Amino acid sequence: MNRTNIVVNLNEPLVFEQSAPGKSAYSLPPLDVEEVALDQIVDPKLIRSDIPGFPEISEVELIRHYTRLSTWNYHVDLGLYPLGSCTMKYNPKLNERVARIPGLATVHPLLNAPLAQGNLKILYRLQELLKEITGMAGVTLQPAAGSQGELTGILMVRAYHAARNKPRKYVLIPDSAHGTNPASATISGYEVKAIPSDQTGQIDLTSLKEKMSDEVACLMLTNPNTLGIFESRIQEIGRIVHEAGALLYMDGANFNALLGQTRPGDMGIDVLHLNLHKTFSTPHGGGGPGSGPVACQESLIPFLPVPIVAKDGDKFRLDFDRPQTIGRLHAFFGNFGMMVRALAYILSCGGDGLKQISETAVLNANYIRKRLADHYDLPYDTPSLHEVVFSDKRQERQGVKTLDIAKRLIDLGFHPPTVYFPLIVHGALMIEPTESAGKGELDEFIEAMIQIHRETVEEPAKVTGAPTSAKVARLDETRAARTPVLRWKARGKDEEKDEG
Amino acid sequence: MNIPEQLFYTREHEWISVKDEVGTVGITDHAQKELGDVVYVELPESGSAIAAEEAFGSVESVKAVSEIYAPASGRVVEVNTVLADSPEILNQDPYGKGWIIRMHLDDTTELHTLMSAQDYQRYLAEEVGE
Repeated sequence: MNRTNIVVNLNEPLVFEQSAPGKSAYSLPPLDVEEVALDQIVDPKLIRSDIPGFPEISEVELIRHYTRLSTWNYHVDLGLYPLGSCTMKYNPKLNERVARIPGLATVHPLLNAPLAQGNLKILYRLQELLKEITGMAGVTLQPAAGSQGELTGILMVRAYHAARNKPRKYVLIPDSAHGTNPASATISGYEVKAIPSDQTGQIDLTSLKEKMSDEVACLMLTNPNTLGIFESRIQEIGRIVHEAGALLYMDGANFNALLGQTRPGDMGIDVLHLNLHKTFSTPHGGGGPGSGPVACQESLIPFLPVPIVAKDGDKFRLDFDRPQTIGRLHAFFGNFGMMVRALAYILSCGGDGLKQISETAVLNANYIRKRLADHYDLPYDTPSLHEVVFSDKRQERQGVKTLDIAKRLIDLGFHPPTVYFPLIVHGALMIEPTESAGKGELDEFIEAMIQIHRETVEEPAKVTGAPTSAKVARLDETRAARTPVLRWKARGKDEEKDEG
Repeated sequence: MNIPEQLFYTREHEWISVKDEVGTVGITDHAQKELGDVVYVELPESGSAIAAEEAFGSVESVKAVSEIYAPASGRVVEVNTVLADSPEILNQDPYGKGWIIRMHLDDTTELHTLMSAQDYQRYLAEEVGE
């Protein structure tokens, strides 16, 4: 397959620029009743005037406009999307079919519990399955994103210490953690202390012991961490944390590496979040929406958000009677549609299937690691799991940097990997193929990466000038960040010219 | 790589110059090159207390957000507010117009823990491979 064929290069004006007065996307039959002026039946101050510059366009133009725009997109249904730490796996169409069952797609969230037993059962089953998968005692499905899951978990940690009349001050976070962790801890009122990584790419235990005290609320550990490395001394880490009366939070964004192999509950983790939109194949990016359930040990169950779905005999109900709860994190139950999809995924894969997912994800990442190790620098030689982090050290000597490599991959028909993260690796290229890629596609990706390395030596301008076959060449990211233009504004006659 | 003689340097790539217990702090030429185009600088309040080796602000580029660590303990006496609107000055003139804060030092002997220009040059060569 010639991957460059994927790149579509039609030009497309803005929908506003295609507008012409009098065009419309609907036609109605003539009125067969007497017309009533709107301002006679509605208070004029409630009537919105015309929106200046609102586009007038026909149906076919409208459909073609958005369809053409959609062809510029690169997505998981088009090809390999090796964006490290994001787990951009294929989302099985069965999930979508199940989520469109009318009783699930159209149910009103205010329907009372006796009439929504089937929906509550779905939530309950997912809660129970996530408990089993993580080895934890309690689950909330409410958080709408991984970051909100983190916030939920840390607020629960805070409530736990407060309930013991021993509020604490610090949250410890390794420098190989996900970038949202410090934000979640800070917004929860904690001060963050960073723990460095050691030469193996794991948390430095000496530094952890030094910084641990009875002022520390918890350690937020990403496991496997953002280098794709499993924290193999997790039990010792748990012991150090627990001896100081602190809790152990696990960022479970990388749970795809562990699925069915081992359970956080058996590792001494007190609380963790999962990303249904990563590990459990619900749509990711482009508005998702996300879903970041939180699982916890017995000791933290009282603090879970309300409501929790409870089961009495064969009846399901919403349990709001939880006096120590941290409260509500989301309207109603969170993103219900995502829970339906995740449940469909778990049940269609089954226990053996889930296990095969993590095995294949780890195998794929290590296949890439092995085959690219002769061409790209591996900053850590500790074995990695579901993703592999290279650096641009060898290419940099020829004046080619990580960003150039990423841009050149676009020309060769692939979505680039995560770049410049984790920050502890200079010029990081973080590759996560997931289990969705077959060997054929992995080989094509590897060949593309080797070709880029060869070009770096033989014709570096080809790499530093990429992309040439994409819709647009290099964007001026600096100008976009310094002077962002965030909305379209009509330029009417009387309006000042927007200089933004 | 531009490493002025008369400054002191941290392992986190900040510089400080001191005159009469008042230090001027910025990030090094190496730091601005590594970050790439700076798009936002988060500055501390004038008058706030800062502690050595702890973050007092951050620099955001299109690549990443990096914290700025205090080379010494003390109190912020002046903030380069020009950076709020013109962060590109950090790239253009990191040792001059791109200074970030001026601070009153609690204890000038703390400066002995920092690196000289020669030390910093060696540090870059060893640690960073410059």
